[in-house]
Amino acid sequence: MTIPSAGSPATGSRLVRQGPRRADDAFRLLSLIAGLTVLVVLVLITWSTTREALPAFRAEGLGFLTSGRWAPNEGAFGAFGAWSFVFGTFFVSFIALVFAVPASIGIALFITELAPGGVRRVTTFVMDLLAAVPSVVFGLWGVSVLAIQAPGFYEAIGSPLSAIPGLGGAFSEPYNGKSFLTAGFILALLIIPIITSITRDVFETTPRGQKEAALALGATRWEMIRGAVFPHSRAGVIGAVLLGLGRAMGETIAAALVIGAGSQTGLQLFASGDALASRIANEFGEASGTWRSALIGLGVVLFAMTILINLAATAVVSRAGRKVS
Amino acid sequence: MAAAAAPAGERASLTRSSISGGRRARNALATVLIYGAVAFALVPLGFVLYYVVSKGLGVIDGGFLTDEIPAQVRRATGGIGPAIGGTLLITGFATLLAVPLGILAAVYLHEYGGSNPVAAAVRFLSNVMAGVPSIVMGLFIFTIFVVRRGDKGFSGLAGGLALACLMLPIVIRATEAMLLLVPNELREAAYALGTSKSRTIVTVVLPAALPGITSGALLAVARAAGETAPLLFTIGAARQYNWTLGGPNSALSTQIFSNAQTGFPAAIDRAWGAALTLIVLVLLLSTVARIVAARFTVR
Repeated sequence: MTIPSAGSPATGSRLVRQGPRRADDAFRLLSLIAGLTVLVVLVLITWSTTREALPAFRAEGLGFLTSGRWAPNEGAFGAFGAWSFVFGTFFVSFIALVFAVPASIGIALFITELAPGGVRRVTTFVMDLLAAVPSVVFGLWGVSVLAIQAPGFYEAIGSPLSAIPGLGGAFSEPYNGKSFLTAGFILALLIIPIITSITRDVFETTPRGQKEAALALGATRWEMIRGAVFPHSRAGVIGAVLLGLGRAMGETIAAALVIGAGSQTGLQLFASGDALASRIANEFGEASGTWRSALIGLGVVLFAMTILINLAATAVVSRAGRKVS
Repeated sequence: MAAAAAPAGERASLTRSSISGGRRARNALATVLIYGAVAFALVPLGFVLYYVVSKGLGVIDGGFLTDEIPAQVRRATGGIGPAIGGTLLITGFATLLAVPLGILAAVYLHEYGGSNPVAAAVRFLSNVMAGVPSIVMGLFIFTIFVVRRGDKGFSGLAGGLALACLMLPIVIRATEAMLLLVPNELREAAYALGTSKSRTIVTVVLPAALPGITSGALLAVARAAGETAPLLFTIGAARQYNWTLGGPNSALSTQIFSNAQTGFPAAIDRAWGAALTLIVLVLLLSTVARIVAARFTVR
């Protein structure tokens, strides 16, 4: 590491170096400015969207978050309460996680522990393919194939389950093709590649010695996974799940096509509801005045929610990273 | 690990020779569940790709790819030519903005900043920016650009700005990861020859990392080309070809979305055709990216 100091310009050549040094400073400044655009853009996003949303925030006050009443044509200015969309965002993202987390952990285990080399490469390729398909294409499939065939299937599994005391409400009528469950399922497909790739990286850092020690003690493969891989990876997997949650909450287009545009606030899987992002996408074209301002307000709420989730994810992942190293 | 082994206790040494039925069953069940997880992701993906290819091929003919977008969505006429043009134009413009800026920012982070507070802050904010929902990027450009032009700001320019915001953090992250792989000896050799730092970066470090940077940038482009939400409130709507950055434009992704929303069979068919076109475009970009990246790792 003494080489850089040895290579740094000798005092004698300073005169010769004036030119390049000025170019050096300019280049450094240019790259610093490029780096700072990130800061500028984030500040501008916050400032510009909040400013446009202010009329709606002023008109509704705290009710913008707590009221579930969204009626753009009511009275002179309309009524704008975002609660049902905040609820819908969390509910549909939760459904997506219920599908995506076990699936992603399974796929990551398949890639790291089960699959032989060739199969592993194919599976990784297919996961990349899944990540490369634009979300609007999943939305198109959801709305024109899945949502049309789903109601019969939903009723078949829903009506017997709705008899369960306590839990039955979640499976009760209506049985809509465009529903929280359909949207949650499509979102799960969109976040599986993200959660899988991080989880896989974390699993791969499990020390070989720990895994071999478990196997040498007579553990089955599953006991080895439970005893060596999982405890080692817990924090990383939680971070991956949070990142997936952030992505699911912000994912717009697929949900906009299959969630059904209701304003449901009950925990009913088969009912039509709406999430923040999908409501913005579906109504923005026809909105103006306070209505449009309120839709931008939904964007501000979504922005804040996803940033909080992502900060939590970054914190967990960096703590996990420190533990690994 | 110790916790898993402890309950077996003293008896373990006697039963070690044969794994008990319960443990064997649990291991088999776990294996089945893992295979099930893979199937859970593969089956829908297979269905989606099957529908896109079979329905898409049924719609796509010579005219479909070049004709203008029909005024009446419910009739099976016209094509998606202007949307293909729009996607290429808008994504291309966004690339021209985001890739040089992203590379420069990554150069600052890795070559100059290192772990100083400014670089740490920029790195952190870049991660935050990567998590901003794409629809918020669309709203951002709408509020700061489109509205200020009295709603006449709907244009390819606005759409490109929104996509560039989306791509920037991806390019930064990919480039910094690649700069990390450039061996320090290369930099030191350049310094030893008396080369200035900026010259070293431009003529030694960046060329060494170029394949990796290219692949990262192409993946960002592929991601942007498939995005719908940032374009919904920024490009407006157009049915004719518009090869300029001013004035309303159209894109494949927004065409798929608006056609899918109508529910008319002819519109849905056109959406499948546009979906196949878009997927081919995105896969082409991703494949090129993968080939470039593979060449890099072999070296």
